[in-house]
Amino acid sequence: MKTTCALILAGVTSMGLAASAFADDYITLASTTSTENSGLFDAILPQFENATGIKVRVVAVGTGQAFEIARRGDADTLLVHDTAGEQRFVENGYASERADVMYNDFVVIGPTDDPANVRDAKNAAEAFAAIAEAEEPFASRGDDSGTNRAELRLWENAGVEPNGSWYRELGSGMGPTLNTAAAMDAYVMSDRATWVAFENRQNLTLLFEGDEVLFNQYGSLLLSEEKHPHLKQDLAEQWHKWLVSEQGQQAIADFTVDGQQLFFPNAR
Amino acid sequence: MESNAFYVALSLLLNLDATLFQIVALSLQVSLLAVLIAAVLGFPLGAAVALWHFPGRGGIIVALNALMGLPPVVAGLTVYLLLSRAGPLGEWGLLFTPSAMVIAQVVLVLPILAALSRQKVEELLGEYREQFISLGMSRSRMMPTLLWDARFALLTVLLAGFGRASAEVGAVMMVGGNIDGVTRVMTTAIVLETSKGDLPLALGLGIVLLALVMLINAGAYLLGEAAKRRIG
Repeated sequence: MKTTCALILAGVTSMGLAASAFADDYITLASTTSTENSGLFDAILPQFENATGIKVRVVAVGTGQAFEIARRGDADTLLVHDTAGEQRFVENGYASERADVMYNDFVVIGPTDDPANVRDAKNAAEAFAAIAEAEEPFASRGDDSGTNRAELRLWENAGVEPNGSWYRELGSGMGPTLNTAAAMDAYVMSDRATWVAFENRQNLTLLFEGDEVLFNQYGSLLLSEEKHPHLKQDLAEQWHKWLVSEQGQQAIADFTVDGQQLFFPNAR
Repeated sequence: MESNAFYVALSLLLNLDATLFQIVALSLQVSLLAVLIAAVLGFPLGAAVALWHFPGRGGIIVALNALMGLPPVVAGLTVYLLLSRAGPLGEWGLLFTPSAMVIAQVVLVLPILAALSRQKVEELLGEYREQFISLGMSRSRMMPTLLWDARFALLTVLLAGFGRASAEVGAVMMVGGNIDGVTRVMTTAIVLETSKGDLPLALGLGIVLLALVMLINAGAYLLGEAAKRRIG
């Protein structure tokens, strides 16, 4: 039994070594599915790596789960979109610094024939109220992600308590939610980046956009060594600073899908 | 769209895409190592449960059988909480590495190998019992004989374990994090492409995975047949 245990440890650790041998300088970034799925990281990470020699390992999850990963000390830095939650994270001492990095916006997607007549809404509150009024199927992320949190605020703005058989909480990421919405011809709120890069639209189309309340701010959090001393704060700080630097902001602005810019740098 | 997926799968294979090659290699590395470790632990464990009678044996058999159906995401969550920096093994720093994925898959595969090998060894023990008694063999001496003579049946058990490991996505997604170039394997890549809405590419990757698993099964089958023929 002892020898088998030793054998396992040897096997496992040798794999661990193999994985770390070729990537000494790396940080773990917990970020959202919207940034990963749109292809943003494929575009900007090589530039950061060239400039600093630091590799960034991206774990793409919902914003809620990203916070949890950070709280447990399993990521060095975060790039998420829930400003209120991010500020609480700093106040609670988990993050030492927060910075605005970029924004895009949320859009309301729905079936092309638009039975709830969302196209004619004057603002987001009206659009959401129209969907609830018509009781047309609405696919919600339902996963405590940044998009989910923003969506719940919008229902509140519209004075609607979203429940009933038309309101479907899927508990999945943005892509899977769009897949499901496409399959059941439902309304859905998406960040623009995931929508533009999404390829399985079927009968779905963009119905409403442009209201200021649909603004979607992304922030970078540098996590605090005080809670988790093993964090690679020096390396993470270089990433955090690079994102808001001229070079980083330019890299974000240069990223396009089908000629469309998806994220707008707005570091101050 | 389905024909499109076959086309995508074919062009993926023909172009020998470097990224795909790396993902395939990691998938094989992780699952094969997990099955190997699980076999080293699970076969003796299964044989021991078959050979020795001790209080609580029934409970262990039931537990092993039940754990064959352990949902991968539960195995993943357990290993995640163990390996997380805030968890008891956090100091090892293994979360989001291939090692973490191997550990999670060992947890999934071990019950399958132990439970099925217990059954195979017990069957064989029924046949051999008289002979063993006449030779006056001790139980610990019986174990290697039984495991060796059950090797063809155990090869099938091994393949069942490998199938479970290479097909699951919940556990490796959770403890590996699907990091590009580090912990992305076939199944997590399929999930990612599905979430991007690129269904033909996702299905194409699925076809490549299936082809790979078939190839391994064919290899194991031929190996077994050749060995059987030599024995006669």
